[in-house]
Amino acid sequence: MIRHALLSASAVMALVFAGQIQAAEPELLLVIKNHRFEPAELKVPSGQRVKLIVHNQDATPEEFESHSLGREKLIPAGAKVTVFIGPLKPGSYSFVGEYNEATAKGVVIAE
Amino acid sequence: MFTTALIVFRETLEAALFIGIVAAATRELSGRSRWLTAGVVAGALGAVALALVAQHLSGWLDGLGQDVVNIGILSLALAMLLWHCVWVSTHTRQMVSEARQLGQSVQQGNKAPLALLVVVALAVLREGAETVLFVTGSLTGNAATSPITVAAAGVLGLLCGALVGLGIYAGLSRIPTRRVFLVTNVLIALLAGSLASQLARALAQAGFIESWTSPLWDSNALLSQDSVLGTFLHALVGYDAQPSAAQLCGYLAALIFIYVGTRLLQPSAAAR
Repeated sequence: MIRHALLSASAVMALVFAGQIQAAEPELLLVIKNHRFEPAELKVPSGQRVKLIVHNQDATPEEFESHSLGREKLIPAGAKVTVFIGPLKPGSYSFVGEYNEATAKGVVIAE
Repeated sequence: MFTTALIVFRETLEAALFIGIVAAATRELSGRSRWLTAGVVAGALGAVALALVAQHLSGWLDGLGQDVVNIGILSLALAMLLWHCVWVSTHTRQMVSEARQLGQSVQQGNKAPLALLVVVALAVLREGAETVLFVTGSLTGNAATSPITVAAAGVLGLLCGALVGLGIYAGLSRIPTRRVFLVTNVLIALLAGSLASQLARALAQAGFIESWTSPLWDSNALLSQDSVLGTFLHALVGYDAQPSAAQLCGYLAALIFIYVGTRLLQPSAAAR
């Protein structure tokens, strides 16, 4: 019983690690400049996890926030952070910079 | 101006509600104000320290440093809350009722609920660090508005958040002592669920889990997460308009753990 549990646990672990190694997910760069996202429209493949690298080039911090993507991450001034999104169903997912919502808007389009 | 206050308010809300609930739950304990203040001060100091190192932290681990710290804070807070809900609250309730039966006052000044103190400090730490970063960023990087206006807006947002915390405390304090435990225990259990859900989301964001990360439904049409009620419920019980399966599982697992754990401990406590 215990051996069985251990075996299945290690199988799960192996799968997890294999997933980590195999995961050559697409990488996309998103720049924050003058409280705007560049590009404001990101096209990503659907059904696949995507690695988003967010580079804040402003002198103020920003918070990448998206309810539809379920993401929320602070990016200090000048910092470069990683946010994993998806796997997404085809569709558009809006995101904002919470600290400058008037200008910092963007959308992820999964197709 | 208004937006600065609003953002600070939103960041403060969750911690303020939590402190209000904990304060109501521990009304009977002497020395409660002292350790509650200690928790808030420790959290605030930690928040400033965390904000100071945020710049370096974000770059760690290929841009995941912040997430890893966040996951650590959430895990510790969740573990403490689960422990409190299952073991400590069962015993505290028993002690209070025994003391009352014997006609004694409840003297537990030295026995501060350590778990709750840690969770209070962690709540202030997590929300506080973001607030400190945001306000200092607005102070230094924004030439258009004067520092005094930014500071005033920050204080205003903080006060509004504290007011909501006071509000829930005042509301809970009106409940008769016999029943207040039941209500605060349910609220604290829901907060544990909320923490578990946030933890699942943080793990997905950092790429540590890959399955069950897509939204299960979208209830924004029913109750928008950006609305006043949605924001309030998000802070109070972890309302999420588009939760993933992992978040939902975390939420339910925390509630089931508390329910089953409390049930299992209760008969043995009554038998003694």
